[in-house]
Amino acid sequence: MGNNVTKDVQFKRYLKLELLPTPWCPGCGNGIVLKTICQAFYEINFPLQGTVVISGIGCAGRSAGFFNLDSVHTTHGRAVPVAEGIKYANEKLNVVVVSGDGDLMGIGGNHLLHAIRRNTNITVICFANEIYGMTGGQVSPITPKGVKTLTTPEGNPDNPIDIQHLFVGNKSFFARTSAYHLSHMKKCIIAALQFNGFSFVEARTMCIVNYGRRLGYKNSNAMLNHYKETYKINDNAEELAPNEIGILKGNFQADEQLYQ
Amino acid sequence: MHMDNKRKMLTGNAAAAWGARLAEVDYIPTYPITPQTEIIEKLVHWINNGEMDAKFVALESEHSMITAAGAANVTGVRVFTATSSQGLMYGFEMLYTVAGWRAPFVMVNVSRGLSAPITLEPDHNDILATRDTGFLQIHCETCQEILDSILIAYKLAEDERVLLPVIVNMDGFYLSFTREPVEIPDINEVRRFLPAYDSRHAFFRANQPLSQGVAVLGGSVYTYFKYQMHLASRNGLSVYKETAKEFGELFGRFYGVVEEFMMDNAEYVLIMTNSFSTIGKAAVKKARAKGLRIGLLRIRVIRPFPETDIQEVLRGKKAVAVLDQNISVGKGGILFSEIAGCMYNERERPSLLSFIGGLGGKNVSPQEFEFIFENLQKADKTGATSAPCLLYTREEWHGMENLKKIAGRNP
Repeated sequence: MGNNVTKDVQFKRYLKLELLPTPWCPGCGNGIVLKTICQAFYEINFPLQGTVVISGIGCAGRSAGFFNLDSVHTTHGRAVPVAEGIKYANEKLNVVVVSGDGDLMGIGGNHLLHAIRRNTNITVICFANEIYGMTGGQVSPITPKGVKTLTTPEGNPDNPIDIQHLFVGNKSFFARTSAYHLSHMKKCIIAALQFNGFSFVEARTMCIVNYGRRLGYKNSNAMLNHYKETYKINDNAEELAPNEIGILKGNFQADEQLYQ
Repeated sequence: MHMDNKRKMLTGNAAAAWGARLAEVDYIPTYPITPQTEIIEKLVHWINNGEMDAKFVALESEHSMITAAGAANVTGVRVFTATSSQGLMYGFEMLYTVAGWRAPFVMVNVSRGLSAPITLEPDHNDILATRDTGFLQIHCETCQEILDSILIAYKLAEDERVLLPVIVNMDGFYLSFTREPVEIPDINEVRRFLPAYDSRHAFFRANQPLSQGVAVLGGSVYTYFKYQMHLASRNGLSVYKETAKEFGELFGRFYGVVEEFMMDNAEYVLIMTNSFSTIGKAAVKKARAKGLRIGLLRIRVIRPFPETDIQEVLRGKKAVAVLDQNISVGKGGILFSEIAGCMYNERERPSLLSFIGGLGGKNVSPQEFEFIFENLQKADKTGATSAPCLLYTREEWHGMENLKKIAGRNP
């Protein structure tokens, strides 16, 4: 037990503790993702020197500065090209992008397409909350059709991006997980970090203040329970059903080493 | 006469939304960005309630948004959009393009300092970067002025002598989120001032195909179109004055291309723009009470640049200070350069001093204004005009030293 306690706090070395608390609203799931990323870093002993974290703009974008690592908080949508630039200049670095769905799939969507195509060896962890939270709750590229937000008061008229199939189609690493499924999230992040090539983790996380409460969720816990009830783990699928989380068993090279 | 007009407490953002609503725009392409988002939220709320009849679309970036705004506009419909800072920069390429299309729509920019470092608070590097694009620019000090300027802007943009887009600018936070009493004009009066848009130069009709946005090689065709834009923008000065006069006569509020504050018998002048002019005016008032003959000149229309109006105000003054809330890195204050340029050929030109303050929303304190005023008097006596001078206090310097320790690994 003593060992576990030690292990439990060891992830904190990856955080700038003096900057806590985070700026996120009460009930926000971003802190869960931030902590799980640090736990994943610790578990595979990611070096403090030699790891770079890059974020774009938005609530999730604020996380870069909390890592006790070299970090860049760049402009809206540009996290992936900044990460690619860093990686290409120094291939020995571990390069990790942490940003939101609006930043990565909306305004930065074009970069994502081409990073997948180039198979740049970086990891993208997407805090996927289905909303532009920082600006107060506007429709995002993965807000489901028909859902009400401040800019779609009659319900979102557009289809959400089918992000998974960008990766399926390009035979690239993709995992989906949720803020409820903590050990699964850690597993997905570790698998992505260890993957040799472009890897993307869609971490479903809750925004209660600027999204969930307007949809009728009583609190953040109700959103977590929604994940619990909705998502079934399937780590052996060629593609995930909407109610599944898991790591795609694609045709990519490093398949074997992932599922040990 | 204005009995039916409603007076409400509105933020600058809400006043901007009211401007678009009263202009009865047809199409609103959008993308959220702090501190602008409240504008588009208000508009879509009204559309959803049936209080407004317009098409609202949430796009994936400002680049697409400005493109869509220009493209829709040249099919002959009235278009409104709004952005801020990074968003304006992200759509920058298209600013030149839609102006070249001669798309006379109105865009609100809520000023905010540019990354890096990232900030949310205002300065004018964003809006002033766009001064060469072909957009006309109106800079506002109050919430009322934002609403009124949007109505004036549509009439100005759509005038056949101009046919260029207009940006109406306000400061983020200080104006976007500050509530002030705003008179909301009656829609029927607005319609008298601003009739429905009837585009004769750019439209979409099946029986009348029109090539727009063509490629031209060989400089002569390119030069022709660029110079046409310049002449149209210059026409904007007299068209603006005509339009603002008509607006004033209808609504009782008059807006010049520049605003003169306490300029009677002034020997010294402080030049500012946007919402910080309010604190500048307070400082000028205080200095006047102490016997200094100083006034404030606020530049409201920055494109087209109102040289003649500025020259007339500054003629014969002893010394003039330009307080730039921007920094052209490697040069200094942008407005200072523009004012200096327009004064050079004047025979009785005053000494001209350059100050840079209020970057990233940094306050300009009464002491800093006093410092400017002392330097104005010194310049008049000694002719010393060292430029540009950054306003930065000792406490701010010490605070910065502490922050630098947190930001990086110390060896």
